[in-house]
Amino acid sequence: MNIFVLMKRTFDTEEKIVIQNGKVNEEGAEFIINPYDEYAIEEAIQVRDQHGGEVTVVTIGNEDAEKELRTALAMGADKAVLINIEDDVEHRDQYTTAKVLAEYLKDKEADLILAGNVAIDGGSGQVGPRVAELLGIPYVTTITKLEIDGTNVKVVRDVEGDEEVIETSLPLLVTAQQGLNEPRYPSLPGIMKAKKKPLEELELDDLDLEEDDVEAKTKTIEIFLPPKKEAGKILQGDIADQVKELVSLLHTEAKVI
Amino acid sequence: MARKVLTLAEVRDGALRNVSFEAISAAKTIAEGGEVVAVVVGASVRSLAPELIAYGADRVIVVEHEKLATYTPDGYAQALQAVVEQEKPEGIVFGHTALGKDLSPKLAAKWQSGLVSDVVAVEATGGNIVFTRPIYSGKAFEKKIVTDGLMFVTVRPNNIAPLEKDESRTGAVVDVQVDIKDLRTIVRDIVRKTAEGVDLSEAKVIVAGGRGVKSAEGFEPLKELANVLGGAVGASRGACDAGYCDYSLQIGQTGKVVTPDLYIACGISGAIQHLAGMSNSKVIVAINKDPEANIFKVADYGIVGDLFEVVPLLIEEFKKIKVHA
Ligand SMILES: Cc1cc2nc3c(=O)[nH]c(=O)nc-3n(C[C@H](O)[C@H](O)[C@H](O)COP(=O)(O)OP(=O)(O)OC[C@H]3O[C@@H](n4cnc5c(N)ncnc54)[C@H](O)[C@@H]3O)c2cc1C
Repeated sequence: MNIFVLMKRTFDTEEKIVIQNGKVNEEGAEFIINPYDEYAIEEAIQVRDQHGGEVTVVTIGNEDAEKELRTALAMGADKAVLINIEDDVEHRDQYTTAKVLAEYLKDKEADLILAGNVAIDGGSGQVGPRVAELLGIPYVTTITKLEIDGTNVKVVRDVEGDEEVIETSLPLLVTAQQGLNEPRYPSLPGIMKAKKKPLEELELDDLDLEEDDVEAKTKTIEIFLPPKKEAGKILQGDIADQVKELVSLLHTEAKVI
Repeated sequence: MARKVLTLAEVRDGALRNVSFEAISAAKTIAEGGEVVAVVVGASVRSLAPELIAYGADRVIVVEHEKLATYTPDGYAQALQAVVEQEKPEGIVFGHTALGKDLSPKLAAKWQSGLVSDVVAVEATGGNIVFTRPIYSGKAFEKKIVTDGLMFVTVRPNNIAPLEKDESRTGAVVDVQVDIKDLRTIVRDIVRKTAEGVDLSEAKVIVAGGRGVKSAEGFEPLKELANVLGGAVGASRGACDAGYCDYSLQIGQTGKVVTPDLYIACGISGAIQHLAGMSNSKVIVAINKDPEANIFKVADYGIVGDLFEVVPLLIEEFKKIKVHA
């Protein structure tokens, strides 16, 4: 089976956000594989181990993303592809990302494409379904279970806490939700092997695309931090009195009840 | 510049979700005096049209088909494609719900357009429509504009105030016939795990429990408190992992993102991944026996104490003031 994973390198969840010159300052920040993409990578490896085939992890980013691609290879993916469009395209958004990924994927005869359901930095959650639409294949988002039998696929999908059981078929794109699996840590032999696995680098030219074809449809005009919250009020005294005070504050000061 | 803007209404258990009305309100801002047309899709949904008009839609389009009884991306995309081709709007507003998140990128890709998702505020600034949305799990915000193509937007529930309901508003209700074919994904079964009643992402009050609740029974007083306040019960991943409650209640980075008027966190330490799901709540109350717990950093009001002592007292006290949440 020909399996592809769409991966993004993101800020570590615990990282503090600092804004400098209207941008999020990335200097010195820890980066990780987007946690939802880790589920996608793990699932891809499990599907390959069960059904045979090959897992290719694809990312759009700059040279820094090589580290995360090597991690994915160390987990067990077979090949990695880094599409670097930073110098070619000035204005990028999810339209850009999806268009570039779809252009790369269109002649790859993918049976299964996996992605995370959302990236924890931008939080847009658009790329998976957009790529599926551009490729003309069906998709299922926020999946927690995947069963493949020939070309028939049964998927369980999380819908705001409820579960949908869905039947569909390959070729298919799915996006991963927490609960799909427990991503493995790369093993030491895995890390050693990863160094020798193929990592291909592509630019816009290699995909026969021009900047105009992929230019963003949206634009960020400002980034700001939420207003600093004033220190809350820790109530004092006898618990019963604190409760009375809290209820009265919620009623008269905060006016939420 | 007046624009025609569509909204997709969302139906759950036969009723319109509140986010449908919030989408109309957002669409009014985007339309800048242009027509706002609400679209409602399903097997039998015509009766819901008057409520959409009462909440500000100028017109309602009803697309009914037996194959639209449950949501599928292919079915809904065909329905909306027919409507968009007929109406030629400049923008479409969805709820940032499971359905809106699933469907809107497909349509945006089909129309080679931008999509601004998870919007918490919309402003018309003379020329541009400016959308505000959280990034980095709510640790920062960005303002975005759409520079080309149709304006696809999803709005986060509970953030954009709906217009005042006005039953005297009038507007046309029209049907659009669509022949739905080729559904490539089929919903075989829906397993309901969430409780009937108040929808967590739309609740005005949430009482959430963490590992400090200690057991499934420990959630009982929290449920009672939520009932008294007309709210819903939520949980941290700690509580879900420990098996005290179902994952459908999880709030946070990997669970639901909520913005109620009042969030009461009981026995929750306030890990960054939990804060990602609730830190934008209007008022946060923390009850925790550890005065150093991180949750107190985001709380507006805190009680340092044993939740099993505090919550029952709260129930008594709220009952006394006869709440109307
Ligand atoms: C990738 C990733 C994603 C995650 N996503 C989420 C997510 O979506 N949502 C989420 O919640 N977490 C998430 N987590 C987990 C998160 O990091 C925390 O582990 C989790 O939120 C802790 O849950 P808790 O606060 O209930 O438990 P704990 O951290 O164990 O805190 C329990 C608290 O209860 C207090 N307590 C104990 N007994 C009492 C009592 N009798 N009265 C009052 N207080 C008491 C304690 O003082 C303590 O502060 C994620 C983690 C990762 C790595």
